[in-house]
Amino acid sequence: MVADEEVTMSNLAETVGQRRSVVEMQGLDLTFQTADGPVFALSEIDLQVDHGEFVSFIGPSGCGKTTLLRVIADLEQPTNGEITINGVSPHEARTARAYGYVFQAPALYPWRTIEKNVTLPLEVMGVSKAERLARAKKYLELVNLTDFEKKYPWQLSGGMQQRASIARALCVDPELLLMDEPFGALDEIVRDHLNEQLLRLWRQTEKTIVFVTHSIPEAVFLSTKIVVMSPRPGRIIDVIDCNFPPDRTLDIRETPEFIEIAHRVREGLRAGHSYDD
Amino acid sequence: MPTGSVKDYAPGIVTMTEATAPANQRPSLFAASMAGQTGPVMVVVLALITAWYVGTVWMNSDWQIDRFEKHKIEWSMSDLVQATMAQERPILPAPHQVLAEMNKTIFQKKITSKRSLVYHAWVTLSSTLLGFAIGSLMGILLAVGIVHNGTLEKSLMPWVISSQTIPILAIAPMIIVVLGAIGIKGLVPKAFISTYLCFFPITIGMVKGLRSPGVLEMDLMRTYSASRWQTFWMLRWPASMPFLFASLKVAIAISLVGAIVGELPTGAQAGLGARLLAGSYYGQTIQIWSALLTAAFLAALLVVLIGVIERIVLKAMGMNR
Repeated sequence: MVADEEVTMSNLAETVGQRRSVVEMQGLDLTFQTADGPVFALSEIDLQVDHGEFVSFIGPSGCGKTTLLRVIADLEQPTNGEITINGVSPHEARTARAYGYVFQAPALYPWRTIEKNVTLPLEVMGVSKAERLARAKKYLELVNLTDFEKKYPWQLSGGMQQRASIARALCVDPELLLMDEPFGALDEIVRDHLNEQLLRLWRQTEKTIVFVTHSIPEAVFLSTKIVVMSPRPGRIIDVIDCNFPPDRTLDIRETPEFIEIAHRVREGLRAGHSYDD
Repeated sequence: MPTGSVKDYAPGIVTMTEATAPANQRPSLFAASMAGQTGPVMVVVLALITAWYVGTVWMNSDWQIDRFEKHKIEWSMSDLVQATMAQERPILPAPHQVLAEMNKTIFQKKITSKRSLVYHAWVTLSSTLLGFAIGSLMGILLAVGIVHNGTLEKSLMPWVISSQTIPILAIAPMIIVVLGAIGIKGLVPKAFISTYLCFFPITIGMVKGLRSPGVLEMDLMRTYSASRWQTFWMLRWPASMPFLFASLKVAIAISLVGAIVGELPTGAQAGLGARLLAGSYYGQTIQIWSALLTAAFLAALLVVLIGVIERIVLKAMGMNR
């Protein structure tokens, strides 16, 4: 589906002035060989993610949305098809630490303080200690976790832990942020709050974000582009452009425009038999 | 507490509160002592000591009665009980006899004396610690190899496991003899037996510990394209610490067993094993029991020591909740 230029003009990506693609996929297939025979996780995926976009993958469990994200991250290898990240292969992109990855769970190391968890990737990269501390301060401030540097993960709530893990992904200052259902394990109140924070973060840092979710309101609220997927085999049903003003708040969820897009997402899911028994 | 209002809505709860209230106000001495852990532990210890005394009277009485009759001595029940607890070579010495012997050989003798239990305990302890140090290092290195190399796992693991199925009593003399033949004598062969026993729990525990990081934690390192070495130092090694200490506690206790077993075939010049052997040659049951108890205390002390180090290390790592 070709993005409508008229509608996307309000998007921040355009105000930056560049429209270069960060992720490009063509004819991507991924088949897992299991003891019970092949599982077609992904089939004929064509997708382009441009710089500054916020793209959400939405679909029911088993539709391959997480697998697709892992392919971008070079954590899974596609069976067929082409994929490039910033013009190079996912493997080269990973080696160059071109992206930050936020998992379903915070996956903070319990023996490290929040500060040390956040600077873990910098330590792996061999960044000097002074620089590490400066970056930890900067990104912990960005996720509102100042004063928690010296705490251990178990001393923080689930939402705070997930924010720390976002700071950890951001502190290498990657152009691309991959997020795999980062708020899936949190309650709705915390999730709403973090959605607003993430939106602010995206606006401030001008990152490209690829976001996996199974929540329709979350996808519509956050995204500039929603990719609707369906299972068996995992494929793209619909790509919906979605351009609310960058300074939107959660109130926008009651507007007709919002409800209309949410409806279209739901229609897409229904067309992909996601609601079948 | 607004009892009236609660009673209206939840009568059951109020009834329970009232029922337990008097006990809370005036706890009896018994209830107070049983509230913590001290009371119950004391009861168990007392029961064990009582059982030991009963056993002493029961096991030594036959010999004592024979002796009374042989010497035509009139005896009452209380005479019998007292006499069974004062024999020179009882089948089962009474606790106070063992304690008296321990007091004599631990506190009253100079520690350099061959009759001092401190001296013998030190001989055993030194080979225990040497064997434990080598065994721990070996166990950890084996585990690191096994975790990082599939071939190593397939080729080494069967040997690691089968090594433990050989009775240590059978292999200990051979180790002593073989090492003695090539000129290695004294501390090292005994330590080697400790090593042989204690590397095993460390290897098993550490393989599990080094593999304990979950998929997410490992994937995280992959997204940073971290090297194997970095993944080891920053993830696997710290994650394995609780497993390491659990293994070390088992290992140090069986290291002591190994050292004692290692002393038996050496001709028993020194060490707790030597005391056991000498005691059994001469029927000195009190000496055997005091050596046994000393070994048990020593093992408990070593395990507690590891526990203290564990707490310090895990606290420094922020892993003590």
